[in-house]
Amino acid sequence: MSKIKPRGKVPKKASVDELIEIKTLIRHPMHSGRMKDKNGKNIPKRIINKFLVKFNGKQVFGMDLEPSISTNPYIAFPFKAKESGTFDFEWTDDNGEKYTMSRKMTVS
Amino acid sequence: MKRQKMMIISRRNVMYLLGGVASTALFSNYALAKPNLALKRIKEISKNNVEEIDLFLDVPEIAENGNQVKVSFDIDSPMTNDDFVKTVYLLADGNPAPNVAKFSFSTDMGACSATTRMRLSKTQNVYLLAEYNNGKFAMTKSKVKVTIGGCGG
Repeated sequence: MSKIKPRGKVPKKASVDELIEIKTLIRHPMHSGRMKDKNGKNIPKRIINKFLVKFNGKQVFGMDLEPSISTNPYIAFPFKAKESGTFDFEWTDDNGEKYTMSRKMTVS
Repeated sequence: MKRQKMMIISRRNVMYLLGGVASTALFSNYALAKPNLALKRIKEISKNNVEEIDLFLDVPEIAENGNQVKVSFDIDSPMTNDDFVKTVYLLADGNPAPNVAKFSFSTDMGACSATTRMRLSKTQNVYLLAEYNNGKFAMTKSKVKVTIGGCGG
């Protein structure tokens, strides 16, 4: 299986009160538990079930994912820039693993 | 002789009638066995206190591939501490499970919108349910025609 790799796009610079868009994508198979492999065996369920975004340590956005979300979940959401800081993204896998990523943003 | 003929016809009619009754019973059973899970879930979440208004839910009218259907929504809200959207639920009534995603918003975001991609197993309705901070609920729905289903199998 290909490596699970999070990716994200956050503008490096923004002006005060600017509404920016943050785009994230994580490479993950999102096995719903209903798909079958080549030999007709069921692939066990394994999905990303939680996505959390913190800005300077405070939770700003969260999402609970279900098997109905596509492979390689893409999530985009807005954010109002007020001060410089760091975004911390965290994806939680069904097997308990956590994938993290952080991005800095400067507000002038 | 004449009477016998009459009897045959009436017996046949009775059979037709029975067949009709049986098939109606079958269909109603089918309808009972497949309730709208998404609507049921919406009633559960909102405690039957939901208003159907026109929220902006952007889904394609026809999805060629049910594996990757882009969904985005934009709810008009000032997102201040007094008035903001707390949670948004995304549901679908034709998938094996009605829940698709649950989004938690905060006032720091400045707007209430998001985009993601979902799976649709067949032609169905996609529902959006928004929960406001004052405990009110609003919902909207949109039909998506799916050419190739995307839930495995």
